[in-house]
Amino acid sequence: AGPAETKNEAAMSELVPEPRQKPVVPMKPVGINASLLGYIGIDTIIEQMRKKTMKTGFDFNIMVVGQSGLGKSTLVNTLFKSQVSRKSSGWNREEKIPKTVEIKAIGHVIEEGGVKMKLTVIDTPGFGDQINNENCWEPIEKYINEQYEKFLKEEVNIARKKRIPDTRVHCCLYFISPTGHSLRPLDLEFMKHLSKVVNIIPVIAKADTMTLEEKTEFKQRVRKELEVNGIEFYPQKEFDEDLEDKTENDKIRQESMPFAVVGSDKEYQVNGKRVLGRKTPWGIIEVENLSHCEFALLRDFVIRTHLQDLKEVTHNIHYETYRAKRLNDNGGLPPMTVETEENHESNL
Amino acid sequence: NDDCRTLSLSAHVGFDSLPDQLIKKSIKQGFCFNILCVGETGIGKSALINSLFNSNFEDPPSTHFLPSVQLRTQTYEVQESNVLLKLTIVNTVGFGDQVNKGDSYQPIVDYIDAQFEAYLQEELKIVRSLFSYHDTRIHVCLYFISPTGRSLKTLDLLTMRSLHSKVNIIPIIGKADSISKTELQEFKSKIMSELVSNGIQIYQFPTDDETVSEINTITNGHLPFAVVGSTEKVNIGNKMVRARQYPWGIVKVENENHCDTVKLRKMLCTNMEDLREKTHAQHYELYRRCRLEEMGFRDIGPKTKPVSLQEAYEAKRHKFYLELQRKEEEIKQEFVQRVKEKAAVLKEAEQKVQTKFECLALMHQEEELKLKEKKEVLEDEIAEFIEKKATAELLQSQAPISTPVVNSNTQGLQKVSAD
Repeated sequence: AGPAETKNEAAMSELVPEPRQKPVVPMKPVGINASLLGYIGIDTIIEQMRKKTMKTGFDFNIMVVGQSGLGKSTLVNTLFKSQVSRKSSGWNREEKIPKTVEIKAIGHVIEEGGVKMKLTVIDTPGFGDQINNENCWEPIEKYINEQYEKFLKEEVNIARKKRIPDTRVHCCLYFISPTGHSLRPLDLEFMKHLSKVVNIIPVIAKADTMTLEEKTEFKQRVRKELEVNGIEFYPQKEFDEDLEDKTENDKIRQESMPFAVVGSDKEYQVNGKRVLGRKTPWGIIEVENLSHCEFALLRDFVIRTHLQDLKEVTHNIHYETYRAKRLNDNGGLPPMTVETEENHESNL
Repeated sequence: NDDCRTLSLSAHVGFDSLPDQLIKKSIKQGFCFNILCVGETGIGKSALINSLFNSNFEDPPSTHFLPSVQLRTQTYEVQESNVLLKLTIVNTVGFGDQVNKGDSYQPIVDYIDAQFEAYLQEELKIVRSLFSYHDTRIHVCLYFISPTGRSLKTLDLLTMRSLHSKVNIIPIIGKADSISKTELQEFKSKIMSELVSNGIQIYQFPTDDETVSEINTITNGHLPFAVVGSTEKVNIGNKMVRARQYPWGIVKVENENHCDTVKLRKMLCTNMEDLREKTHAQHYELYRRCRLEEMGFRDIGPKTKPVSLQEAYEAKRHKFYLELQRKEEEIKQEFVQRVKEKAAVLKEAEQKVQTKFECLALMHQEEELKLKEKKEVLEDEIAEFIEKKATAELLQSQAPISTPVVNSNTQGLQKVSAD
């Protein structure tokens, strides 16, 4: 009833002690358009931001998932032009095939053009290699959520660090076997589960085993299957910020992806230039030649245009989703204000 | 955690475009900057803002007769090349006008706290949208000192002391064209030494970056800025220049020999990002820490084991829930009690009405009885009368020879024998 409710509200404000009368929270101001009659220097803020970000450096965490032998380590090394990932030379007789999926994270610091980046490559050996691969995505999902949890714990501290170390997975490259037919059930299962918690970029590995026509057809089939199964890979349609993003991303989603790639860390001489490639009896496959494979597209996409966006989607969306679910499950946060609307709003 | 190897790249990778990617996103989002101007009425706050941003921001003048200090906010959307800036100017109105200035600084402190509180509340929501949150926290406070030429007023010291741990303070001398150059230098030194001796921390322009450390160190030595603002433009040599025209000369606002307005403008612009960062990483964090501790949250539990905010919230929530239940019980009991009381009152009233009714019924009965008796008596009399009348008529019809005049007197009880 009426009187009972107001009594409750009064009770709640008693429990959350207020030092003095609650300050009024102002409404968001509506801006008046005003013109500056001369140069002021406000645009120098861009340079200031640039300097600041160069000083603090960046973290980037990339995960590679796929059956062994698909060239994951080679591809990552090709992407970052250095030995960031240690190639596994297959399981020899002494090493046992891991019973479950292992998660191995290795970090390196790389620098280019004054920009320092702490790159962490997270490898998942054992994925899809068992006889029975049921639930092999679970350790991976667990690892991803553990990183969100780590970040959340730091964020929620009372005295918190100036810069919270970011170990969250920003990008997960999923390697599809170039069978030429369709996606495997394992592929669908993995991507269905994980596309909700992390940015997944599917790539077709060892694409030098397919002709151009086979490639195009396979890509079309894969795209169709992903759509039919409701798998939203990065860049997700719902996060396009504006028309410009949408047009750019639509083209990538509907034509380029999944990228059919070839990786290599060996150099050969072609037409007087030294290029990265794979030497076969029938010719040299140039990794960075767009007519040979789509490695350059993948590299540009992940590193040169969408690197920051991958991090932002991870932080603003995947992490927030995890946080909201976690706080809700845990009983949530008590309302800070007296209004009870806050409680209702938070129970999405 | 920095036990990572540094690797060298064998060729160009391309992540050096990362700052550009970040900037592209920031430009799309736009920037915001919030300035708080604290100073007495008429010290030239609006004129200075207009001069700093070379614009004609509308701002109506205020009176000296406000009963308490109020804060007036106005947001302007300005653009310079590809930077979209949401500039919010907060002015104190009526500062220093009251006879009793004891409470003057409180509304200002409250306003600053309110912006922190709003941000904190958003941060603590379960479903939140921090990346699209319009930041209203004050990034810089321009504190206007009266150009008395002598020293800081007590109100200045009191106000700055209550603000310096909450906001970046840049002290400025308003209407500095009323001080001569020599007096000005002395005045500036006096102010700075007073600030130091009173332990007031003003904003220090950062000196850690080599490209700006030199100019910033020099600027730090020029504080407080002696500014002149003007909304008027004067025609000087075929150009309209922002200036103040006196009989003895023209004070040009943009002339660095005349005043420090341009210096202040340059400093604000080139350190905008640092001001924003300090507000978020220092002042806001301090507010947040104090506020959470106020609410009883600690990072360390009673047995010096780290208690996560989560657990603290859970405990609080449980306690709160129990309290809620207890209160509900209490209210229920009270309700039942009230209902009982009301029922008793109603019953009593009902009783009274009943007794009254019975009383009335009794009275009514008695009256009815009386009336009945009366009726019977009357009926008897009527019967008698009719009888008498009948007899008299009979007599009359039976006595034809006798005198026609019948003695009415004999109509009484005497029976006249007829036949």
